[in-house]
Amino acid sequence: MCATVAVDPLAGFLPHSQLPALLHALHETGYRCIGPQARDGAIVFDELQDTADLPWGLIDVQEPGRYRLTEATSRRAFAWANGPQAIKPWVFQAHEPQWTAQRNAQGHIRFEAVHVAPQATAILGVRACDLAALQIQDCHFAGSRERDAAYLARRDHLLLIGIHCARSADTCFCVSTGDGPAIDRGADLILGEIDEGLIVSACSTAARRIFRLLPLERVRPEQWAMLRQEVTNNAGSQRRALPSQDLRNLLYAKLDSPHWSTIAERCLSCGNCTAVCPTCFCHQETDTSTLNGEWVTHAREWDSCFSDQHAHLAGLEIRSEVHLRYRQWLLHKLGTWHEQYGRSGCVGCGRCITWCPVGIDLTEEISAFSSEETST
Amino acid sequence: MAKITLPSRSRVAVHKFSSCDGCQLAFLNAGNDLLTLAERVQFVHFAEAGISAPIDTNVDIAFVEGSISTAEDETRIAVIRAHSRYLVAIGACATSGGVQALRNLGRGHDWLAEVYPNPDQIDSLDAACPVSDYVRVDLELWGCPVSERQLFAAIAALLGHVAPKEHNDALCMACKARGSVCVLVTRDEPCMGPLTRTGCGALCPDFGRACYGCFGPSRNANHLSWGARMREFGVTPESIVRRFHMINSGAQDCLDAGDTWRGFCHNPKIDGPSKS
Repeated sequence: MCATVAVDPLAGFLPHSQLPALLHALHETGYRCIGPQARDGAIVFDELQDTADLPWGLIDVQEPGRYRLTEATSRRAFAWANGPQAIKPWVFQAHEPQWTAQRNAQGHIRFEAVHVAPQATAILGVRACDLAALQIQDCHFAGSRERDAAYLARRDHLLLIGIHCARSADTCFCVSTGDGPAIDRGADLILGEIDEGLIVSACSTAARRIFRLLPLERVRPEQWAMLRQEVTNNAGSQRRALPSQDLRNLLYAKLDSPHWSTIAERCLSCGNCTAVCPTCFCHQETDTSTLNGEWVTHAREWDSCFSDQHAHLAGLEIRSEVHLRYRQWLLHKLGTWHEQYGRSGCVGCGRCITWCPVGIDLTEEISAFSSEETST
Repeated sequence: MAKITLPSRSRVAVHKFSSCDGCQLAFLNAGNDLLTLAERVQFVHFAEAGISAPIDTNVDIAFVEGSISTAEDETRIAVIRAHSRYLVAIGACATSGGVQALRNLGRGHDWLAEVYPNPDQIDSLDAACPVSDYVRVDLELWGCPVSERQLFAAIAALLGHVAPKEHNDALCMACKARGSVCVLVTRDEPCMGPLTRTGCGALCPDFGRACYGCFGPSRNANHLSWGARMREFGVTPESIVRRFHMINSGAQDCLDAGDTWRGFCHNPKIDGPSKS
């Protein structure tokens, strides 16, 4: 992902008034559409039945521990930056049955894998950071060593419709992680929104089928200029940043810093940061049996490095205190992730800052560790 | 509860102590599950359902609702413990003392004269306490009331000879897994989800309401930091104390945090415990 929009000579222009044609084309080609909608005071992704349900004219105002939707000056569908979730819950589901075991009348136990049969699903309005996060989750769940069947099945049925960010929330810092605000890969269709409508580029075979069904106009040079200007300005507007895309040396030198305990005085250990993080992949396995004792379902569920049972190893709990939990989260996310997947686990979406009930800001905490380094 | 040993048709008792009977309803409201359960186990004592063998009848699992609040309670729980292989405390009263433990914080005995025409007839202990203060408890299921789903999952696990899953994580984890939008972050609601153990399925936030902590404190709950955040929202120290000293005031975390915040109630110059 990058900071500027590349001009695509094959792109077309879709006026806002023609947006229903996109939804229609998706339905025609067999996709259900998941899209952004305003619900309970936030932008959430859910089944989109009508483009009128998009968050027209709404923007999000975000700060540490606070999220509000408010009216924008322009009537766009994608002027908001992000909500608590994006792609993760649609591929790495919060609760995913893996197998069942059934005991028959003779007392024999029969195991059966649960095969998911996902519907072809288009997700409309994903951001550059969301796509970067999905790439990371792909490494974890669909990499070469262990491949998660349910994740792969859901992933293979996705059509991703990305949108360049022309506006950042105050909590965004994707420029510093190298993951936005413009999209240059990972999406099937890429949209760029200006006041009059959307510039549409098709980047995959599946996307070109949909592209051909749209009543597109020629993109005028001034429309490209407008979009590029907005996205570039947006990149320059972000106030938060991580000082480097590789913070291993900084963090590894801080294992015994007293600052971990200072953070732990505020940390609620509630796990919200990990639940909204688009790259966090920790999960636990649970077994639920029916009351008659004849049927057991084994499921994979979201877990967190802040959960009660995390870091329990055969009778030993290795991170019993909150400062060790937080250290694990930050050290893995920004440090050891490099060894695991060749890059940091942070894509700069800022969700962990906004959705932390007490507003702990990882960019500020990194600054605190950095200045500690300078002073010693 | 590492290894569970139960006979094929276990004998089960459901006992009531100082409580409102609401947790026993988790059994009675279960419909088909109750019928299935009745085929797998033998209920030998369940007064609310009309079955009442003597309390010194040996059972495999005893479910206990209510807090220990009278001398008679104290004697009876000891007998039940002695005759039960596993003892499961169900609901806020049995696990933390419940709402009646509020009298532990005040002048319980003085209040008797204000409430009852004949206070001499009331014979209660100095404090209403959780079952675990008196006898060994094998499993605690929190909640006011206990969740039917959680109760039956625990029973299914026990009958399957495995330790039931513990629910000590913060409610937020269940709330986010459901895809509910956070009422604290979007509306400054004093939601106690970050402090409260899960098990209810994040019921209140799912209906757009703040959690009020009826499932008791979660593992590593940080009441002081949460209270400091509430002060930023304009919640008064008095109101913060009331939230901690409510349904689970007998839980040590809630008790201590409420006491700390009570120290700031009548001093408008102080914002609450300092953060460092």
